[in-house]
Amino acid sequence: MAKILAVDDSASMRGMVAFTLRGAGHEVTEAENGQLALDVARGGSFDLVLADVNMPVLDGIAMVRELRGMDSYKGVPILMLTTESHTDKKMEGKAAGATGWLVKPFDPEQLLATVKRVLG
Amino acid sequence: MVNAALAQFQQVFIEESLEGLDTMESSLLALDDGGDAELVHTIFRAAHSIKGGAATFGLPEMSSFTHEAESLLDEVRGGKRAIDGGIVELLLRTVDCLRGMFARARAGEPLNDATAEGLRGELAAMMGRGTAAGGLQARRPADQADAWTIRFRPHAGMLAGGNDPLRLIRELAGLGELAVTAELDRLPALDKLDPTECHLGWTIELAGPAKRADIAAVFDWVEGECELAIEPKHVVAATAPPAAAAPVADVAVARAQRETSAESGTVRVAIDKIDGLINLVGELVITQSMLDTFRDGVDASRLALLEQGLAQLARHTRELQESVMGIRMLPIASVFNRFPRMVRDIGQKLGKQVRLELVGEHTELDKTVLEKIGDPLVHLVRNAIDHGLELPAQRRAAGKGDIGTLRLEASHRGGNIVVEVSDDGAGLNREAIVAKAVQRGLIRSGESLGDEAVAELIFQPGFSTVAVTTDLSGRGVGMDVVRRNVADLGGSVTIRSTPGKGCVFTITLPLTLAIIDGLTAAVGGEHYIVPLVSIVESVQLKREAIKTVAGGGELFRFRGEYLPVIRLHELFGCPDAVRAIDEGLLIVVEGDGARVGLFVDGLIGQQQAVVKSLEANYRRVNGVSGATILADGSVALIVDVAGMVRMQSRRKVA
Repeated sequence: MAKILAVDDSASMRGMVAFTLRGAGHEVTEAENGQLALDVARGGSFDLVLADVNMPVLDGIAMVRELRGMDSYKGVPILMLTTESHTDKKMEGKAAGATGWLVKPFDPEQLLATVKRVLG
Repeated sequence: MVNAALAQFQQVFIEESLEGLDTMESSLLALDDGGDAELVHTIFRAAHSIKGGAATFGLPEMSSFTHEAESLLDEVRGGKRAIDGGIVELLLRTVDCLRGMFARARAGEPLNDATAEGLRGELAAMMGRGTAAGGLQARRPADQADAWTIRFRPHAGMLAGGNDPLRLIRELAGLGELAVTAELDRLPALDKLDPTECHLGWTIELAGPAKRADIAAVFDWVEGECELAIEPKHVVAATAPPAAAAPVADVAVARAQRETSAESGTVRVAIDKIDGLINLVGELVITQSMLDTFRDGVDASRLALLEQGLAQLARHTRELQESVMGIRMLPIASVFNRFPRMVRDIGQKLGKQVRLELVGEHTELDKTVLEKIGDPLVHLVRNAIDHGLELPAQRRAAGKGDIGTLRLEASHRGGNIVVEVSDDGAGLNREAIVAKAVQRGLIRSGESLGDEAVAELIFQPGFSTVAVTTDLSGRGVGMDVVRRNVADLGGSVTIRSTPGKGCVFTITLPLTLAIIDGLTAAVGGEHYIVPLVSIVESVQLKREAIKTVAGGGELFRFRGEYLPVIRLHELFGCPDAVRAIDEGLLIVVEGDGARVGLFVDGLIGQQQAVVKSLEANYRRVNGVSGATILADGSVALIVDVAGMVRMQSRRKVA
């Protein structure tokens, strides 16, 4: 099972993501914003990063850019959690180095399917 | 299982959304006062989170509603639209509407109502659209074929985005049988090969009925990072399946919430408070095990150690008590936060300009006190704007600035919390109050009253000097209710008015309702606790200082006024108590705005009393607010000073 870093400023969204992934046997670390996620990422290694776009302190896109600048995160899949209305955010995320995205709203099954897809 | 997870996090989502709405509101108000652009981002983020979460947690009506507000904010954020009073106003009403929707979500009621529909229309109109954006865009009809040829050539940099071509090909394999041919034409010589780049391309033959959209979906994350061609080998009749239906509201989830809804009854506690507790308990365990070594007896050589252990135990117990009480303590900010909006609305309605100053928002109060102090404060604030502060023209005439100042200040003072509501308005209108009091028969015409006595009049039941009843204050439920509510919390309200300069209302509250500081008094072998906060002074009087009035009441003179004597031994029926005035003691106490003297045998000392409810364990007793257990295990009653004052005034009337 995979080590996953879940980054979202919303406790409910983060909680739902973590709960669902843990239920599927993954090891999940949670972070409240991009900056905290970077701190956590530096101190450990992850197989997958799931990140919200809009967050205080450091947003998801800036976080992805930073992560991709770190040697140990060059090829690690990073998924952005975006909303339907922001297709430009998807492209911005891609340009920053994101692997893909998961469009909100999603239910636990969609989340698991996407994670399975990216982890192979 | 899915629904259980949703239900669990829907509660969390509602709570954080309500906090988000508070943030939106305060930021909107700050923006209206000329705040910076960062505020727009803060507001946008809050709206965006609510929108995203609402759809995820089974509240799609809120999602589409918030979507309108978010689009508006997005235009403001992107500089396409300038923020003005109209937008702020509309968004503030949206915040209110969303609060209502969340309340209905908690109650398991339908979310939309007329207000929500109306607002959605207004938001859409502001965005220049007649109606709300309609659902999902219809998808293009998907091609379908029995077999496909896919040419896939990743750009060199595709790996950097974390997308592995092998993963994509494996995913394709889920759609049918694959025959894959690698294209090696871009492969460089080994010494020039950069392993972090993609050099291969593939032609993939997919056998099996598949839709073009499903194949394209495999590659959606690498659009723009590869060359992709998807061609059907055997075309079948193209059908156009209907667009996916919009997600249906999960009504069952909302219903299930009704039982688990936790409006109150929970406290969010800062982690460091809990850590402090754990730490203390740890120390307590150490002390306990140290004291445990004395189980087999104490010899003189270890007496010092025993004393030290007991002292530690005393210290830990006290600290533990304080820390546990601290868990119930929350900052008053949660009450203060509602005022910026309210003051703005009331000021606008009355044509008055008001600047609100909030001081000491971090002062912590017991959660119970906090929940009950809101209404009295709202009343005082409304009164201050309605009656206290003048219209701009009147202020100018009085030589003051157009903008009135309303100040809310919370602070610790001794063992109490003091909340002051002050304004720089006209102060109490002495003539109007006296005239009204005469009209109401509270005082006689021509009676001369000190300023303090005049101010006291406004605390009389049903007292209101405003000729025309506004819908804000002056509804007859007045200052007497404020005083009663505060008294129920074990506190008191006083007023200080300076004509032309303004008014200060001071609410004094106990830190907690669970523990009181009291003076233990002896009455005929029994002990009674008198709350320290209500004690003015204790005096010993000569027999001749007591005046007996018709009906058997006793009075004594204290600082220029006559106060009634309440003999506790009579009230509580203690046979062996001291009866001669000069052998006992009078404790002068103040409650409900009046003073009385409580006659007791003597004072024993000051102590903290943990309040046990008499109602819960026995029944309600007049003149007693609760009971406590003394160090020797006996029970002492806690005197309800305000209740006694009320009993005394009823007796006077009778």
